[in-house]
Amino acid sequence: MINSLFSLFVFPGLFFVIFASLAFEYADRKIHARMQNRKGPPWFQPLADMIKLLAKDSLVPEHADRTLFKLMPIVALAAATASIMYIPLWRSSALYAFDGDLIVVFYLLTIPTMSLFLAGWSSTSLYSLIGAVRSLTQLFAYEVPFFIGLLGPCILADTWSLSGVAEYYTKTPAMMLVNVIGFAVSLTALLGKLEKVPFDIPEAETEIVAGPLTEYSGWALALFRLTLDVELFVGASLLAAVFLPFGFGLPAWAAFVVYLIRLLMVVALITLLRTLFARLRLEQMVNFCWKYLAPAALLQLVVNLCVKMFLK
Amino acid sequence: MNRIKIPIGPQHPALKEPENFQLVLEGEKIYEAGMRLGYNHRGMEKACEQRTYLQDIYLLERVCGICSHSHSTCFVQAVEELAGLQVPPRGLYIRTLIGELERIHSHLLWLGVAGHEVGFDTLLMYSWRDREIVMDLLCEISGNRVNYAMNTIGGVRRDLTPAQLENISKSIDALEERTKYYIQVATEEATLIARLSKVGFLSNADALKLGAAGPTGRACGVDRDVRRDDPYAAYADMEFKVVVDNHCDVYGRTLVRLGELMETYSIIRQVLKKIPEGPIAVKAPRKIPAGEVFSRYEAPRGEDVHYVQSNGTEKPERVKVRAPTLANLSSVAKMLEDNYLADAPIVIAAIDPCFSCTDRALAIKDARKGALGVMEWGDLRKYGIEWHRRNGIDFSDLNKRFSKFMERCRI
Repeated sequence: MINSLFSLFVFPGLFFVIFASLAFEYADRKIHARMQNRKGPPWFQPLADMIKLLAKDSLVPEHADRTLFKLMPIVALAAATASIMYIPLWRSSALYAFDGDLIVVFYLLTIPTMSLFLAGWSSTSLYSLIGAVRSLTQLFAYEVPFFIGLLGPCILADTWSLSGVAEYYTKTPAMMLVNVIGFAVSLTALLGKLEKVPFDIPEAETEIVAGPLTEYSGWALALFRLTLDVELFVGASLLAAVFLPFGFGLPAWAAFVVYLIRLLMVVALITLLRTLFARLRLEQMVNFCWKYLAPAALLQLVVNLCVKMFLK
Repeated sequence: MNRIKIPIGPQHPALKEPENFQLVLEGEKIYEAGMRLGYNHRGMEKACEQRTYLQDIYLLERVCGICSHSHSTCFVQAVEELAGLQVPPRGLYIRTLIGELERIHSHLLWLGVAGHEVGFDTLLMYSWRDREIVMDLLCEISGNRVNYAMNTIGGVRRDLTPAQLENISKSIDALEERTKYYIQVATEEATLIARLSKVGFLSNADALKLGAAGPTGRACGVDRDVRRDDPYAAYADMEFKVVVDNHCDVYGRTLVRLGELMETYSIIRQVLKKIPEGPIAVKAPRKIPAGEVFSRYEAPRGEDVHYVQSNGTEKPERVKVRAPTLANLSSVAKMLEDNYLADAPIVIAAIDPCFSCTDRALAIKDARKGALGVMEWGDLRKYGIEWHRRNGIDFSDLNKRFSKFMERCRI
């Protein structure tokens, strides 16, 4: 009992996830800054931002739906954090693994976007409204490539459990090389999920201020910011578990170090992409996702099916 | 589909100055665009009439923080013509040099802003870092990064040393290298091109009809440049080409500005090579003979126009400033039509707007009825005093209150 409570709330649960997320936000911001020839923030900046926001008043717009407005950040953070339980981190089995947990992770990772939409919708501001509609439109564009991109490796491993996938690739590491297209697709789609450049359309600050988060302040904003960080951490963990499954067999401490390195690789790739590009327009983004990303994901699926038939 | 009206400004992250655009949206598409000016009227023209010509130079230099040299040169040229002064060639060359250095920092600033408006912050960070080179240079020459205070009636106030000329030459080489890189980025980076091309289209005919000036006009094939068409300062001695483009969109405006940077480097090199020895200024009279003059100057943003009327005293009778942004504003509404909301910031930014510099007038609008009115200077003054009195600030007994305050301090 105490053991499972510890793993839920402390390690590798809530507490660990939050701090690791803040650490990776720092890594993201620092790498971004260095690539832009800036100095970047000090290591405690994400935490300091969080504490500052928590200390501020949280205002609710006059005509907003108060319950929904205040509930949404909590739901978003809870869903994003909960998904870590089903992702194998440094051991090949996740905290709670069952066949089909892949679907649960997808489901949990969609909830933050939905809450962002509802948050923007309920805050009755024009900018929030447009941002909310944009984030939902964007969801329809990246979600399918993201899903299919991650499905490829699972089909090869013949399981719908992420832990099963990790085990399969630990046994046959060469098969990792088959999933290169899927990795590229999922990484690109993850940029859309995290609302980072070039897909930061819902919160494009020069157009609609902060999108769905325009009216948010104080602890509610802090929770939403934290949700995005957790999403970065969870998304990177997910990609690292499926596409870069190294070092599961090592002793615990070494596996942990390898895990952090794998995460850093994914985060650095995301940062690189967001440094390199300009923000796309919504219609360009949807076009790109359906014209190039989704077919590429399907190609990966076909490749994996062929490889599987060949292996039999 | 429902139409919604979204306000951009007067306070908005995309705008660096107070200005209001009302976009009527159909989904993500802009159906109609309206704008309001006048949020930062500073009464500069009126203030000019109450100061001497010499004081006016420093006041007009502060019309704009970026093209400060443009405004002061434009004004000084008008006054010199009224007074019949012949500026020594070295003075003219130094004016040209500062004007071109200003163009570099203005265009690099614009490039960064454009990058930021389309969410390409890396470009902003890079171009603003490189802009520091020219800012440092201006600081070394004039003592200031902006508002250089180089102009005076009859010439310039500071001479250049050979060491400074050497330094300029070196910095220009570095800047040219960087600009070549930006040209490469602008013409090769796919997402940037996707955001810039076919956005904010303004046909050549529309540009002519709406009077688009400067790079905005030249990107629509309007081949106009005061530096060539009506040479002032030392431009008659310079060889340069006027960069014209036929893309008619934001992409074209980017190419024109980057191309102009390359021309600017060539002009500066010519200035450094040809700069004559001699005095930098002639003595100007305090009282300027009566008359009126219209002065033109090719500011980084387009043609800047000053009108000066003199009544034979040491203060001008009337000064009229038309900043280049005013010439370009009417085309913005046209450019915004049929674009996406996402394009609104870059379309507005593409004319390199300077709204506060443009504000020459205030509209007095009845908040309830919406009717426009006219107010005399005296009435406006009375209204101002009344307004402050209603809000608890009474200037009429300020002296009394001040002495009371001082007494209290003594205790």
